[in-house]
Amino acid sequence: MAEVIIQVQHLSKTFGTNTVLRDMDFTVSEGDVTCIIGSSGSGKSTLLRCINLLERPTTGEILFHGVPINAKGSDANAYRAKVGMVFQSFNLFNNMTVLENCMVGPIKVLKKDPEQVRQTALRFLEKVGMAPYINAKPRQLSGGMKQRVAIARALTMEPEVLLFDEPTSALDPQMVGEVLTVMRQLASEGLTMIVVTHEMAFARDVSSHVVYMSDGVICEEGTSQQIFENPQNLRTREFLSRFTNR
Amino acid sequence: MSPLPEANDFFGWVAWILEEYSGMLLAGAWKTMVIAVIATAIGCLIGFAVGIVQTIPANRRENPVRWFIVGLAKLIMNIYVEVFRGTPMMVQAAFIYYGAAMLFNLHMETFRAALLIVSINTGAYMAETVRGGILSIDPGQTEGAMAIGMNHMQTMTNVILPQALRNIMPQIGNNLIINIKDTCVLSIIGVVELFYNVKSITGATYAFFPAYTIAMVLYFILTFTCSRILRAMEDKMAGPDSYDLAMTDMLLGEGTMRIKPNRAETNADYRAHKEHGRDIGSREGGTD
Repeated sequence: MAEVIIQVQHLSKTFGTNTVLRDMDFTVSEGDVTCIIGSSGSGKSTLLRCINLLERPTTGEILFHGVPINAKGSDANAYRAKVGMVFQSFNLFNNMTVLENCMVGPIKVLKKDPEQVRQTALRFLEKVGMAPYINAKPRQLSGGMKQRVAIARALTMEPEVLLFDEPTSALDPQMVGEVLTVMRQLASEGLTMIVVTHEMAFARDVSSHVVYMSDGVICEEGTSQQIFENPQNLRTREFLSRFTNR
Repeated sequence: MSPLPEANDFFGWVAWILEEYSGMLLAGAWKTMVIAVIATAIGCLIGFAVGIVQTIPANRRENPVRWFIVGLAKLIMNIYVEVFRGTPMMVQAAFIYYGAAMLFNLHMETFRAALLIVSINTGAYMAETVRGGILSIDPGQTEGAMAIGMNHMQTMTNVILPQALRNIMPQIGNNLIINIKDTCVLSIIGVVELFYNVKSITGATYAFFPAYTIAMVLYFILTFTCSRILRAMEDKMAGPDSYDLAMTDMLLGEGTMRIKPNRAETNADYRAHKEHGRDIGSREGGTD
């Protein structure tokens, strides 16, 4: 059994009187590719943002290697440095080139040697196919290119887990393909990933674990085979029928 | 001294003042510029510091001590901004200069007093400008920085402020130009700048219109030159529109060329294809 990295226990999140997540329990082990699927507004992104502490959970705990990270006095920044995040809207730093985007985190946050970081960054940029564009600024790149740079930026931090928040939702079909190819490759190399996505084919083929969420609760979870071929819950079946009949 | 011109000989008087008082006018203009440039720079630093403090996030429930300290700092900054934006600089100058002398027996040198007053006045305006500049940056930039573990200070200095600075450059230029003109109110505490010297000249010659005409022209030359220089700086900060592809493989070292992608189809290829009905690929393939 692989080591458990992230454990979400009894997590709830409310915005004012609006409850978005209700008493979630959820575990991620090393090497898992967990896909979180569900209709818009079901709380998928909020869950992911809570895991990275971009949103503070209202109640409940998040354990990272068994240590609670949303307790008072714990260092959220040190934790975030170990858990990478790729956003729907890329969020590349507009004032930096592609290479600087990848290098700034390891140098400023992890205080690593710049020359070593440069090598790491170039290696990952090569991997996502963006090495020729190291001198470009984000505004000069297409959406798919930006997202691949964002992935390289997250990887250069050498995180233990990489979170993807609908990484292809802002892209056209061709760009979706190029980003998913990169993600498939990372999954096959054993990177631990949590992916919120509407790309059902990707979820079916790549994930080791699928979570179907609806109305702030986990309706059903299991292996990709269990969820996609033999869903037990009525709502899961209904949601997936729209995908399979497409 | 050259002979005085006739009383209504405007150009004669202008020429005469320029000849007799050119040193005094230039010294005044120089002092004005020094005060305006240094005070604007210090004012910007104050503005950035206040702007950073005012955008520190603090949650009362999570960390009450931090919330209280940050809240207190924000309150003090707000009072500073409101007081110095809400009172005339001329009155501030007199208030601080004479106040320091009477209450603390501190007799400031007028030049230093001038720098102090214009700096804190500019700082109050810049604080609001910087705050606006920070708020204008897409929150995604902050989230991207937080997601790689940057704290508030690192996020600000590496990501947000460089972008905010570019956005507020026009406003900084505005402040510099306002300061060049507004240093004239410092004559109330006896700072010997351009306006003070022009006033001295009119006192000695009674040639009001020629002297103030010269002052108008000099102030305009100063402000116009500055606005052009700042515009050039803005253009430079925007950076080049194009970028170079890195064609050598940096991991393998110099000299190892990346394989170039296939020759791109151009619009000319497309036109040729449409006109001659040829297949685009056939040109290279040879067959078909």
